[in-house]
Amino acid sequence: MTKADIVEQIYEQVGFSKKESAELVEKVFDAIKDTLAMGEKVKISGFGNFVVRCKNSRKGRNPQTGEEILLEARRVLTFKPSLVLKNILNEDMPETDAPTAQVSIGTAE
Amino acid sequence: MTKSGLIEAVADRTPHISKKDTEIVVNTIFESMAEALRGGHRIEIRGFGSFQVKIREAREGRNPKTGEPVHISAKRTPFFKVGKELKEMVDRVPLEAVEDSNLGDVSS
Repeated sequence: MTKADIVEQIYEQVGFSKKESAELVEKVFDAIKDTLAMGEKVKISGFGNFVVRCKNSRKGRNPQTGEEILLEARRVLTFKPSLVLKNILNEDMPETDAPTAQVSIGTAE
Repeated sequence: MTKSGLIEAVADRTPHISKKDTEIVVNTIFESMAEALRGGHRIEIRGFGSFQVKIREAREGRNPKTGEPVHISAKRTPFFKVGKELKEMVDRVPLEAVEDSNLGDVSS
């Protein structure tokens, strides 16, 4: 699914023209981006939270050369899916209750 | 910012469209994205990022309180990978602003 497919959904389901639908979808993502760019989190109930996190500077290593490098402090964006979304994805997931697997641990009982 | 805040922000940018319609659009966007993920599809929003469903294998876990072993079934989890443009936008934030908003996170 791309932005064009989302635009198509708005066009079909909401009834805006294609041009308006495209403009609206663009504005929604722009508003989210601008908010995050200011360091503010965006919480979409039923979907998830987008949160800006600070990472401290740390020493890293170039895995290829083993050379030590300093990784600067930076801000990264994380997404935490809502429970609702996680449940939606697992609606038709078969419950694989596997008591046999539990026995293999050996410490049960 | 919550979803209603987002609706306000979009409504401010689109004065020719009613807030009610803006609300329907925002809801439809996230519903259609959730629907795509439910179907196992990948979502790519250029300049923003991509969403993908990954499968977490079934595993043996432990109840951290009792130490009792528990079976955790396989499940699907959505993953988000930030796009290049947004990644750079976020990293330009003044440090203080982010620290303030993280403090807010603790209290909420």
